Amino acid sequence: MTFSPELETKFAKMLQSYPPGRERSAVVPMLIYAQDETGYVTDELVEEVARRCGVTSLQVHEVVGYYSMLYRKPRGKYHVQVCTNISCLLVGGEELYHHAEKKLGIGNKQVTADGLFSLEEVECMGACSWAPAIEINYDFHHAVTPEKFDALIDALQKKHS
Amino acid sequence: MTTTAVETVTLTIDGKTIQSPKGTLLIEAARKAGIEIPAFCYYEGYSLQAACRMCLVEVEKAPKLQVGCTLPVAEGMIVHTDSPQVQKARKGTLEFLLTNHPLDCPVCDKGGECELQDMVFRYGAGESRFTEMKLHIDEQQWSPVVFYDAPRCILCYRCIRVCDEGMGVGALGLGNRGASAVILPNKVTGDNQHYLSCDECGACIDICPVGALTSGIYRYQTRPWEMNHVGTICTHCSNGCKTTLGVRNGRIIRGNNRDHSGINGEFLCIKGRYAFDFVEHPERLQSPLKRVGDRFEEIPWSEAIETVAARFSEVKAAGGKFGVIGSNRTTNEENYYLQKFARQGLGTSNIDHQRTGDLTTLLDALQGRGGALATVADVYHAKAVLIVGSDLSQQHPLLAFQARAGVRHHDTRVYTVTPGPVREDKYSARGVIAQPGGEIAALEGLREDLAKEPELVILFGDAIRGDAVRALVRFADSLSIPVKYVCLLDYANSRGAVDMGLTPDLGPGYHPVDRPGLTLDQMLKASDLDVLWIVGANPLRNRALAGENTFVVVQDLFLTETARRADIVLPAASAYEKNGTLTNVCGEVQRVTQAAKVMGTKPDLEIFGLIAREMKINVGIWQWQKMFEEIRKTVRGYNVPLPVVATGGAAQTNPVNGRVPSLIRPEEIRSAGDTLFTSGTTGRYSNVLNAVLESPGRLYSGK
Ligand code: SF4
Ligand code: SF4
Ligand code: SF4
Ligand code: FES
Repeated sequence: MTFSPELETKFAKMLQSYPPGRERSAVVPMLIYAQDETGYVTDELVEEVARRCGVTSLQVHEVVGYYSMLYRKPRGKYHVQVCTNISCLLVGGEELYHHAEKKLGIGNKQVTADGLFSLEEVECMGACSWAPAIEINYDFHHAVTPEKFDALIDALQKKHS
Repeated sequence: MTTTAVETVTLTIDGKTIQSPKGTLLIEAARKAGIEIPAFCYYEGYSLQAACRMCLVEVEKAPKLQVGCTLPVAEGMIVHTDSPQVQKARKGTLEFLLTNHPLDCPVCDKGGECELQDMVFRYGAGESRFTEMKLHIDEQQWSPVVFYDAPRCILCYRCIRVCDEGMGVGALGLGNRGASAVILPNKVTGDNQHYLSCDECGACIDICPVGALTSGIYRYQTRPWEMNHVGTICTHCSNGCKTTLGVRNGRIIRGNNRDHSGINGEFLCIKGRYAFDFVEHPERLQSPLKRVGDRFEEIPWSEAIETVAARFSEVKAAGGKFGVIGSNRTTNEENYYLQKFARQGLGTSNIDHQRTGDLTTLLDALQGRGGALATVADVYHAKAVLIVGSDLSQQHPLLAFQARAGVRHHDTRVYTVTPGPVREDKYSARGVIAQPGGEIAALEGLREDLAKEPELVILFGDAIRGDAVRALVRFADSLSIPVKYVCLLDYANSRGAVDMGLTPDLGPGYHPVDRPGLTLDQMLKASDLDVLWIVGANPLRNRALAGENTFVVVQDLFLTETARRADIVLPAASAYEKNGTLTNVCGEVQRVTQAAKVMGTKPDLEIFGLIAREMKINVGIWQWQKMFEEIRKTVRGYNVPLPVVATGGAAQTNPVNGRVPSLIRPEEIRSAGDTLFTSGTTGRYSNVLNAVLESPGRLYSGK
């Protein structure tokens, strides 16, 4: 399988950046970047990464199962992650997560019917100082209140209607 | 030879002062001193994992409990393996291991011989503080052989390591993490229909301390304590693995070697572990058959024996022509008896078997050398191993396992000269591809490396025969290093067949006979044979018999292509149904013990004896012990120590070297080319071998 020219360039560079014989070190970054293009980690992607890094597909599956940021199922166009770990929890993270469930009408790791949003309850994202925090795709949003959350979601929804 | 003195350290374990070589793992040092440190993930011979925390011990001056399975002993160390703190830690570890465990011991195959049960019984707490719902994961079937029940799994990684390191397959891995961690097979599918593509050896199942991995053959068959255990030898390939058969009500329901006895430790391939099912295949012959026109009629044993004996006597009296074809699977006693019957009883030298490797030329070429034949243990201990013309992992699974273990434990260097990719390529020092016939020339490419080795064990397949064997020995001589050989042969007693003189030119112990008889091919082509007696062989599978009027007697387990041509078919017992000895590919004699009995069959030795009695000729008493005694007394190289064999050990024979004036016809030597999933006739009637996805397998595909 082939990826976009930009990604191919990135991968070529990536494989060069480890000592010879350590190509397997590229398994995690390759999966992360590739999944942004393919949407999720498909069986085909696993085979491809295994081939490129010189490991067995089983070894790639071991990695995929270990890291929660690698997804084996399609996510929404916007993947909404709400932190309910200790710092966020103390300032309403859990309430925010339940609000998000209601707002989007889906539960943890589910996708809206139109495929626009998916939701995930996550552990610490390293944004404790600005709790409660959420992340939509690669964008962080700080000190999120239910109102702020609704505004963010409505704006994205509007963009696609 | 220089020996570096191993430094020893003195330490105290539970008040006992012990000395141990520096670097020894604490768990091993304690074991040697008779102190058990409980362990799940630690497994001798495989890499250290330190995953289960069952082996925690208290070491004075260390701030917290230490992991006994990875801690090397040190001078002055004071260890407590049973202090209140350690006891508490063990209880905690076991409580955790049982968090999601289903505790379905009453229906678990492992119940009664489960390491987790035993540990909890001995070290565990009586109750659990967990009140949470248990995490449930449905059981998965990964192949006809392997099932996985995740909730029972304690994540000790033993299965992963035995498959990767021991088998060289690497078909198992770890999926997910934390409480949802599970073992994964190598074919992971998006829809959770995972499956295995592997050797199907079942090593992972046997090494599993709990009932997480179970076998499709044994599961839900019995409670372990309801079986009798019969130690015997695998009847399939020539490697001669010891297997312990679990027998209940006369049926074999399990094969394993968990007691590590025998030359193979706990190694077995799929054939030794599971392919005993041919014994009760529905097509098994259970009555003598007589040809009537173009069909067979069942007849009683007495009539069958009388018919055969009458015909034999008649032909003998008339000075007619006999042909006898022996087996690669019958016992030494049977082979010896058969050749004696042919030579002395029938007065013929027309006796042969399907030769699968050129052992006779090797023995002749080794003139003047003693101890030049390697044992199964030598293949492990050798500093270097050279494999010529064999896909060892497919054709000689135990020998391949030995070489792999050598690589793992002491950096054995493996060299290969093969017609295609082999599994050994993954860890070999060097491999050369050479087409059959080109091996000897290709060896030159390895000369420089091989000459640097301190010693070498050479294993060679059937492509090396006749002059090529001599050329191989000359090549090895020119390296000027100590060399031992293994001439690779096909089946459980291929070696015993040659040793016992099932050849037209050599009697037992390679004694030349006065008037050499016909070879197997010559017998099949002879149109004037009066009688052809075929025991446990299927030469007519893909060849025809020229003699149209030849009276054919066949002894076998099934109605093979050969048996279909017979006038009388005598249903024989398999090696799992008889007593005697077999000689493996390395010339090691081992005892086979009867595990099952199939109604209507008889061991070949008894059949021979009954025919002899009916003919009123004296070939000897048809008791295996009597024959074995005769073999030990008269067959050169077989004067092996009786206690070794009697107690289930392997005794290496010491055959002639040199002066074997064999009239060998190299073109008649050919291996059947069995893979891991085939085994001649018995393999064709093993449901498990035919059921696995990988069957029938392929040589030289590098898997
Ligand atoms: S059956 Fe043998 S080859 Fe297959 S996964 Fe188990 S250990 Fe590995
Ligand atoms: S399946 Fe058995 S051997 Fe494998 S990790 Fe689980 S408990 Fe250990
Ligand atoms: S390696 Fe050979 S002797 Fe050993 S179990 Fe397999 S078939 Fe039987
Ligand atoms: S035996 Fe030491 S951690 Fe498992």
